[in-house]
Amino acid sequence: MEGVRPPEEWIRAAAETPRGYGAMKRKEDARFVRGRGRYVDDVVLPGMLHGAVLRSPLAHARIVAIDTSAAEAHPRVRAVITGETLAVLGLAWMPTLMQDTQAVLATDKVRFQGQEVAFVVADDHYAARDALDLIDVEYEPLPPTIDARRALEPDAPVVRDDQEGRTDNHVFDWSSGDAAATDAVFAEAAARPDQQVIGADVLYPRVHPAPLETCGAVADMDPVTGKLTLWTTTQAPHAHRTIYAMVAGLPEHKIRVVSPDIGGGFGNKVGIYPGYVCAIVASIVTGVPVKWMEDRSENLMSTSFARDYHMRGEVAVTADGRLRAVRVHVLADHGAFNATAQPTAFPAGFFGVFTGSYDLEAAHCAVTGVYTHKAPGGVAYACSFRITEAVYLIERLVDVVAHDLGMDPAELRRRNLLRPDQFPYRSATGWEYDSGDYPHTLQVALEKAGYDELRREQAELWRRHAAGEDVPLRGIGLSFFTEAVGAGPRRTMDILGLGMADGAELRVHPTGKAVLRVSCQSQGQGHETTFAQVVAAELGISPDDVEVVHGDTDQTPFGLGTYGSRSTPVSGAATAIVARKVRERAKIVAAAMMEAELEDLEWRHGSWAVRGVEGASRTLAEIALAAHSDLELPEGVEGHLDATTVYNPPNLTYPCGAYVCVVDVDPGTGEVHVRRFVAVDDCGVRINPMIVEGQVHGGLADGVGMALMQSIAFDLEGNCLGGSFMDYLLPTALECPSWELGETVTPSPHHPIGAKGVGESATVGSPPAVVNAVIDALSPYGVRHADMPLTPAAVWRAMQGRPLRTDLAIS
Amino acid sequence: MEITVVVNGRPHTRDVEPRLLLTHFLRDELSLTGTHWGCDTTTCGACTVRLDGVPVKSCTVLAVMADGARVDTVEGLATGWGEGDLDPVQQGFMTCHGLQCGFCTPGMLMTSRALLDQDPDPSPETIREAISGQICRCTGYENIVRSVRWAAEAEQAARATAASTEASGVSS
Repeated sequence: MEGVRPPEEWIRAAAETPRGYGAMKRKEDARFVRGRGRYVDDVVLPGMLHGAVLRSPLAHARIVAIDTSAAEAHPRVRAVITGETLAVLGLAWMPTLMQDTQAVLATDKVRFQGQEVAFVVADDHYAARDALDLIDVEYEPLPPTIDARRALEPDAPVVRDDQEGRTDNHVFDWSSGDAAATDAVFAEAAARPDQQVIGADVLYPRVHPAPLETCGAVADMDPVTGKLTLWTTTQAPHAHRTIYAMVAGLPEHKIRVVSPDIGGGFGNKVGIYPGYVCAIVASIVTGVPVKWMEDRSENLMSTSFARDYHMRGEVAVTADGRLRAVRVHVLADHGAFNATAQPTAFPAGFFGVFTGSYDLEAAHCAVTGVYTHKAPGGVAYACSFRITEAVYLIERLVDVVAHDLGMDPAELRRRNLLRPDQFPYRSATGWEYDSGDYPHTLQVALEKAGYDELRREQAELWRRHAAGEDVPLRGIGLSFFTEAVGAGPRRTMDILGLGMADGAELRVHPTGKAVLRVSCQSQGQGHETTFAQVVAAELGISPDDVEVVHGDTDQTPFGLGTYGSRSTPVSGAATAIVARKVRERAKIVAAAMMEAELEDLEWRHGSWAVRGVEGASRTLAEIALAAHSDLELPEGVEGHLDATTVYNPPNLTYPCGAYVCVVDVDPGTGEVHVRRFVAVDDCGVRINPMIVEGQVHGGLADGVGMALMQSIAFDLEGNCLGGSFMDYLLPTALECPSWELGETVTPSPHHPIGAKGVGESATVGSPPAVVNAVIDALSPYGVRHADMPLTPAAVWRAMQGRPLRTDLAIS
Repeated sequence: MEITVVVNGRPHTRDVEPRLLLTHFLRDELSLTGTHWGCDTTTCGACTVRLDGVPVKSCTVLAVMADGARVDTVEGLATGWGEGDLDPVQQGFMTCHGLQCGFCTPGMLMTSRALLDQDPDPSPETIREAISGQICRCTGYENIVRSVRWAAEAEQAARATAASTEASGVSS
């Protein structure tokens, strides 16, 4: 049973109450294991009605007529809302986060299969669904643009003919890096005999985050007070409140967004969806609360997808494996509306970090975005705003280079990784990496995996395969990733003009118990525990004595929410700083209590103590009581014990990691079995290592899923082929190995506690490791690249017609 | 149709539509919202409850099919409000970080409980097989396997203690 038991320190921690950092049982779990979590669908209000959305069965069609009379005549139906209804209110279209617009309910045309067409409000969920069948929509089918690679052809059907004067499907062109300098390096590499240019076409297919809880809302507009309370599945409650105020013209102080327990987000719950708006309008129209929860197909077919990047990458490299420059062209499929939820002025998000973990002379990327008749989205699914795509590309390219040069991929990476003395490192595309010891992290991973021995086993299996034995093809895949998280510095990042600073408020009650209020929003990350630990460590109290309040805009300070692994880098920093402010205020009170000078006080074992005087110290609880008492305080000190802060991150943080994946491929069926997965993450200081490891585990499963199973594909008519969990395959316990984790710790120099964030690291880093392992397994057949998902059919196809190379088997 | 279902030991009689799903019966009629709904295709298992002891996905069971049956949900696992009143599988999930967002957790707990009732010492492979009809998007399953093993070991230890207490009681 070795390997199945959790680390001893977790079990010990479960029995103890730590002060500050370390493994600690999560405070939120007591309600979850009893089924007492409160998710949006659990919210029931008196008189509440139920909404359902009618969706388009076609990817592209003109709406000729909508007849809602039969639905309205249904005895349990209270209202039917169409685009026409919304148009009267000026809400038929809403702005996206990328200066585009998106239809709330279609008026002129439908532009993707699953697009929202009408909203029915009924007494119960079943009746609402029944009534959808009674709405008669007459469509005039039109040819759709589905294949992004053909979207810019002159005869491609135009997706956004709602935009005046538009005659094509072009969304944007964006580039990063120095094109001239990069081209110069490539020209030189192409010309010199000791250098070469190596390239590959790499697709990151469309996938979907598919949190287990779908999206939904309960809207309650009080007709008397004019106050809207919206319980909703949002990762960013404050941002949503402000956007509703801006878009719908509702006064912001009359909007309360409550994000209760969220059943997973992964970026799927950052944006605002038409269903939320419909629920709000329905509540206004009916005067009672309205609940809307989408079903699974609606979630997969209409809410934010992820990726869909068609990438061409080239590397200029010397014969001895020195990577000199990288050049990238991307065709980005944005679907029918440019509704990517990301906080930068860059249309391709953080894709600019495509230089990865390597020291390059020059780099350049050019990204072209196009519209297609598919669901909108693009930035979602733990992607750190497109770093998943960037890391996948560079790590795939490095393996292609290793393949073409006949080099070991570990050695190739070793020769090119940034050195510790290069930090802070300014990349060829202008990103300032804060800290890291990449060669060390890689070395820890290789040793943990037993890399050399793995290669020996592999060679033996290849030899036996070549000899005709029935053995699997073994593959070993590496990836080394650099993440950029914690958005972000105000000067470069915002969402609709909202800067990405996070507030925090901390109040210590007279008895020394504290309440922390934060703006970020847990979807399972364990903020109620982690942030309590941060406060506890700063104030010398128990995490059990700190209540963390989040998920209610009426109760928490402003901030932009949880996505892009930003909670610990931004709200975690705010938490540490606000706790330090409280500690400094406590110092003044302690000095008054002990009649000592401020400069004589020192923070010792969680108390303020007079330096050099035995026994002269006050705990936070003692100080808190005194701060609320009649103790005479110095001039200008108001009493009580609380503080607020707003943290404006000076830079992103840059976690990194080295992953090793070992797979067996059945040469007869193409089936891939993930035997082992070693993940060594460096996310800086770890507040609760148990939670950090849990986050990594989840991301690794995502990586296996994306590499081998998950894909939202379409037929040429625009029918979504991944519209249910029968078709969109997610990994179960049987596809996942027992993860083997390691760590290195390089604190962030600019974060108050040296933490970097980890939520998305494994989702970013693991897909290339799995794919590299599968391609490595197929190298006896000369395969150098195949696109995800590497289903048995895809793997089998990649091997067909290729001669078996026997030279590798004896290496 | 009038049905009577014994849920967590208590009989509930309701007049329901024949098409009402057992999930919705539990959630909407009985306000037992610990049973979650996550897909429409019997794939994700967030709705798993025990029907006469057998784990089933309650999104593909009609409430009327449960007429006269015993249904156990996550709300019935613990014997009281104290942490010591939790079922060992609940304690295992808390100790080994077997959950994150908590949405799949009730279903996972019910399957785990049913597994341990049948096999008090399951191997990791057996545990993976048992939960393979359920999806967790957060944990990557590793800690769920550890949680169930923790519960199995805790129950074995408790049984051993009970046995030795009994044995010493006899000998004294």
